[in-house]
Amino acid sequence: MDPIEFRLPHTIHRPAASAKHGPVTRTTQPIVTGTSVVAFKYKDGIMMAADCLASYGSLARFRNEKRLMAVGETTLLGVSGDMSDFQHLQHTLEGLLTQEYDMDDGQKLGTKSVYKCISNIMYNRRSKTDPLWNSYVIGGIDNGQKFLGFVDLYGTTYQSTTISTGFGGHLAQPILRRRVEGREDEITEEEAVQILEECMRVLFYRDARSLNKLRRAKVTAQGVEVSEPYALETNWDFAESIVGYGS
Amino acid sequence: MAPLTEPSAGFKFDNVKRNQLLGDKGYKLPTATKTGTTIVGLIFKDGLILGADTRATAGPIVADKNCEKIHYLAPNMYCCGAGTAADTEFTTNMISSQLALHSLNTGREVRVVAAMTMLKQYLYKYHGHVGAALVLGGYDVTGPHLFTIYPHGSTDKLPYVTMGSGSLAAMSVFESRWRPGMSREEGIEVVKDAIEAGIFNDLGSGSNVDVCVITKGNAEYLRNYSTPNERVQKEQSYRFTPGTTEFYAPRVARQAQEPAEMDTSA
Repeated sequence: MDPIEFRLPHTIHRPAASAKHGPVTRTTQPIVTGTSVVAFKYKDGIMMAADCLASYGSLARFRNEKRLMAVGETTLLGVSGDMSDFQHLQHTLEGLLTQEYDMDDGQKLGTKSVYKCISNIMYNRRSKTDPLWNSYVIGGIDNGQKFLGFVDLYGTTYQSTTISTGFGGHLAQPILRRRVEGREDEITEEEAVQILEECMRVLFYRDARSLNKLRRAKVTAQGVEVSEPYALETNWDFAESIVGYGS
Repeated sequence: MAPLTEPSAGFKFDNVKRNQLLGDKGYKLPTATKTGTTIVGLIFKDGLILGADTRATAGPIVADKNCEKIHYLAPNMYCCGAGTAADTEFTTNMISSQLALHSLNTGREVRVVAAMTMLKQYLYKYHGHVGAALVLGGYDVTGPHLFTIYPHGSTDKLPYVTMGSGSLAAMSVFESRWRPGMSREEGIEVVKDAIEAGIFNDLGSGSNVDVCVITKGNAEYLRNYSTPNERVQKEQSYRFTPGTTEFYAPRVARQAQEPAEMDTSA
């Protein structure tokens, strides 16, 4: 008698990666990517920034990308990494928000809940060796408390006063640690904008996959505000004195 | 009898195959001590300032907590070294002695481009196998000059530079705060902050900040200019009181005797 062959949907039974079962159906490398996200707590809430670029390898492909997203009225989500995986999560989160709206029970989705939800999704996907190839920065005000957290493609989570992803970890984090740590409740909005712009300027100078067109966002008790794209002033005067590379 | 063959100059690659076989069997090569470093240089109004951290690592272990990464090349020239510690040490020593001879030969103060050319030609000859990444700075008759030299032999001439694993942390400080024509105090402050950014944000860098200020006719080596990682005072004295260890009969070590006078007359 011929054995009966079951074909369960791929979400339950993952096909092994062999020629008989077809192509590998998990993320193996990020394709269209966003670079650093920089964020920190300040007196009135959270400030976050990301540039408007989605790169296709070394090509600056999409120059008006939104990498900062408002989730509900109290949470801000910044993303770096693969943009298609972000869009998938975006649809999932929008579905969640719709569900909450339909339930109409007077409760709003808090920042911590969004954070826990995303971290569970990310860890689950990593455990199936099919990650969402992203690093997320989740910021918001939860019950009057400022919240800032990080989740990445492995499911690693942590919370801190200052967070930056990708190249920002190398270039912006030293600046943030020096300027922000210990002073979160003193920093006014003007100073916060100035610190953020200093970080984004250094990133534009030294990250080869960045763009001088960025968005800034803040979460305060009044809600989430994402700015329009703008460019930073850069100084290239030092180049005038450079001739050659030796003698 | 076979004639003695002259040993050829440069590296001998005879053991590469043997090492590969050993590697396949599971014998790991000992790791070179790397300086895993933050080194910087910047040009200010009256000359230039070099800076470096003082941690030397062997893999994940700190091998030296207070090593010297700013090497003397000539009275008017110093060189910071990142990468393989032995390579930076021996390379700079070698070029330093060549420069001394060159100076005596020409009867002039050595120029920075001379050191740069010697270093880059040496490093290129070894195609990156000599793992020395250098920040060379000096003040000669033609003015102050600051160069970076990479292990493969390429050079850059810039007004401010950083190298090593902590270079991004240090560069973020420079890109925020470097201006042309800074004063000495400002320059030292920016260099110190850049190295400290590397010390506190990069795991390969740590301990103290060394600074070297080079101006016309004068080089000041400020060893341990900043020590932001001093060990806290131990809470107690952990000295064992005499008598803690039981003994049966005391024995006193014999005092070293003065050697008897030796008659060395002819």
